[in-house]
Amino acid sequence: MTNATEQKNLKVIVFQLADKEYAIPVSHVKGIEKLMHITRVPKTEHYVKGVINLRGVVTPVIDLRERFDLPVSGNEETTRIIIITLETMEVGFIVDSANDVLDINASSIEQQPEVVGSFEEDFIAGVAKLENRLLILLHLDKVLNPID
Amino acid sequence: MELNQYLEMFIEESKEHLQACSEHLLELEKNPEDLTIVGEIFRSAHTLKGMAATMGFEDLADLTHKMENILDAIRNSKIKVDAEILDVVFESVDHLEEMVFDIADGGDGKRNVQATVEKLKRIEAGEPANAASEEPASGQEVAAAMVANEYKQPAEAPELKLSYDDFEKTVILQSSEQDFNAFEITVALREDCLLKAARVFMVFEILEKNGDVIKSSPTVDKLEEEQFDSQFHVAFISKESAEDLQKMLLKVSEVDLVVVKKIDRNVFVTKTTAIEVPAEEAQPAVQETVNAVPEAQPKTASAKNSNSKSGHASSKTIRVNIERLDILMNLFEELAIDRGRLLSIASEVNHGELNETVERMSRTMGDLQNIVLTMRMVPVDTVFNRFPKMVRQLSRDLNKKIELNIVGAETELDRTVIDEIGDPLVHLIRNSVDHGIESPEVRRAKGKPEEGTVELRAYHSGNYVFIEIEDDGAGINRDKVLAKALSKGIVTQEQSLTMTDKQINELIMASGFSTADVISDVSGRGVGLDVVKTTIESLGGNISIESTQNVGSVFSIQLPLTLSIISVMLVEIENEIYAIPLSSIIETSIIRHTDILNAHNQKVIDFRGKVVPLVFLEEIFEVPRAEQINDGFHSVVIVRKGDKLAGLVVDSFIGQQEIVLKSLGNYLTNIFAISGATILGNGKVALIVDCNALMK
Repeated sequence: MTNATEQKNLKVIVFQLADKEYAIPVSHVKGIEKLMHITRVPKTEHYVKGVINLRGVVTPVIDLRERFDLPVSGNEETTRIIIITLETMEVGFIVDSANDVLDINASSIEQQPEVVGSFEEDFIAGVAKLENRLLILLHLDKVLNPID
Repeated sequence: MELNQYLEMFIEESKEHLQACSEHLLELEKNPEDLTIVGEIFRSAHTLKGMAATMGFEDLADLTHKMENILDAIRNSKIKVDAEILDVVFESVDHLEEMVFDIADGGDGKRNVQATVEKLKRIEAGEPANAASEEPASGQEVAAAMVANEYKQPAEAPELKLSYDDFEKTVILQSSEQDFNAFEITVALREDCLLKAARVFMVFEILEKNGDVIKSSPTVDKLEEEQFDSQFHVAFISKESAEDLQKMLLKVSEVDLVVVKKIDRNVFVTKTTAIEVPAEEAQPAVQETVNAVPEAQPKTASAKNSNSKSGHASSKTIRVNIERLDILMNLFEELAIDRGRLLSIASEVNHGELNETVERMSRTMGDLQNIVLTMRMVPVDTVFNRFPKMVRQLSRDLNKKIELNIVGAETELDRTVIDEIGDPLVHLIRNSVDHGIESPEVRRAKGKPEEGTVELRAYHSGNYVFIEIEDDGAGINRDKVLAKALSKGIVTQEQSLTMTDKQINELIMASGFSTADVISDVSGRGVGLDVVKTTIESLGGNISIESTQNVGSVFSIQLPLTLSIISVMLVEIENEIYAIPLSSIIETSIIRHTDILNAHNQKVIDFRGKVVPLVFLEEIFEVPRAEQINDGFHSVVIVRKGDKLAGLVVDSFIGQQEIVLKSLGNYLTNIFAISGATILGNGKVALIVDCNALMK
């Protein structure tokens, strides 16, 4: 994302979580699924909701609200599972809704403003301003790997 | 050229050729007179050399080339096969294998093989291979290696630039009887020629249009790789005249000089007659070869054909990436789930034609399932084939006489099991050869034949494959094993009194146990049989030992046919379904709440006179409970790990089922007491309980 000259435009999937909009590069997204039956896996982190049957492949799902320590909400009609791939991992993210596919101009991506205190800041790779929208770009490595 | 895309193919094929070399070498050792075997080895080596050179692995190509020289000499009866020569050739094959493995691991295939090269060269020169002459200093060796790269000009016939073997001579002699002319053509390219290979190609194209190329120097492979200075020689038969040929060849640009010399057949005739028959009988000798013409003619053609196919005619298989098979399997399961739904819909609707169609589809799917599953099956031969060579080497190293018999190499096993089973088998065979079979002297003293036998067997039985390694060696010394186990604190004195012979035998697989008094080069490398046992158990298998002192031992391995499909018992806890592998289950039972006893903070039951600890799965798996149920009874699955038992407490049993094993992926690794997952008929995921993790 630092190489602005080569990557003029970044195609992202935009999704909603609580009151904010987040973005993941489309290259990491394998699909967006409706909520389906999740089998709980015992003795895992609290944010790991379990595993789903994704067309024959057992895929773990993470509740992003819980991952970011946001207040837990019930599942709604708009709730989606975004299937992302990172290296050899394939994981589903439970989000409130998946809104958009957008092209972000690389020049509009900035470093996260220095606001202290929010838990999720560790997961943020940058912020993109689009007219009156503010998109938070996620750092997938950190979302998937436990920090401590 | 983009070589990476061919690398995998190159590695696979190289391994195949090396394997073929090893197998044929072993065969040759048994039938040293059979020169057709040498031909087979030569062909494999030759193809390997060509491939290695194309891929740019010079060291590999070079060593193969030197080995080929020896084989060629054997083929032409210049050298007689003996154990010493075979040792060196085996050594070369070992080096080549190491090189290929190095390349497979991402290396450059370079390896210090000077010692072997020296031996090869000495054999070629007709000296004993192991004459420990120190004379060739490293500088000389380099120079010698360079000479070996160039073509060696034979000095036998001064007027000929090429040397011919008997077959080629016959062809040339026959051709002259049939109004063909045999030529030796020397083509020199201009010094500044840029595309030498292209010129070679053009020259050969002209030649092949006008006749047959018998031989070339350097070989065609080398020519195509531009491994020559500026000239090359070709033996050629044609009806054209020398003059015409020369004119045609000079039309190729950048060709400097073409010399076409007719081969005087008397060169050959006189040579053979001079040695074999008195001068007066020279005529009939030639006559004889002439009579053989119609037979030999097709032989040239077939020889050429088989050369271009490089011995691959037998295999009618294709390689499929195992990932694709996994994808196919996943898709198939999707289909199977839909079939389940269709069946239930059909039974609800109860429409005649629909029922019929769904039924027929079910049957086809059953057949399809069989095919999909058997596609992953590979004959155990792919593992067994490396053992003859290994045993040969080991018996030579240890000065023992050992015969290895392989039975049932065609037995098929799942690919994933095959990949894992190799190392344990290597270990067990080494163990048999090193500790089992006695030295010839000891065997003689015991009244056994000097040659020991190791038999490697594989066969199917039920849903399992058995692999057995039987030797007629010393067997396990019960007292020695027991003494060792006691001294290492593996068993107590009390325990030892009640142990059966079988249990004592199996102590040698306990961790931290090694019976070897002297750690030999062969075994005792710090990895014990306990590792073998662990590996086999991790495959869902089982190993047992039968042994009688001074008669021999049998190591018997039981393996599931496939790792991807297992039989499980489905159980329910609250609303969650778990699968318990049937291989761990002894039986299920319903117990009264009042039958549960307390023993040091552990709930236990009395199961057929044995105290069995209870494991409440709902606690282990932290299953959320809506409300406590207590009807005074518990459903218990009695499971086993080794000779330990445990009772898993669940809410209810659903039933037995065959399931397809799935991994949880790379994100969720090492989940406690869960070994994988499966997809049930309703499309939901169920987790598989790892019973071994639940028992200490």
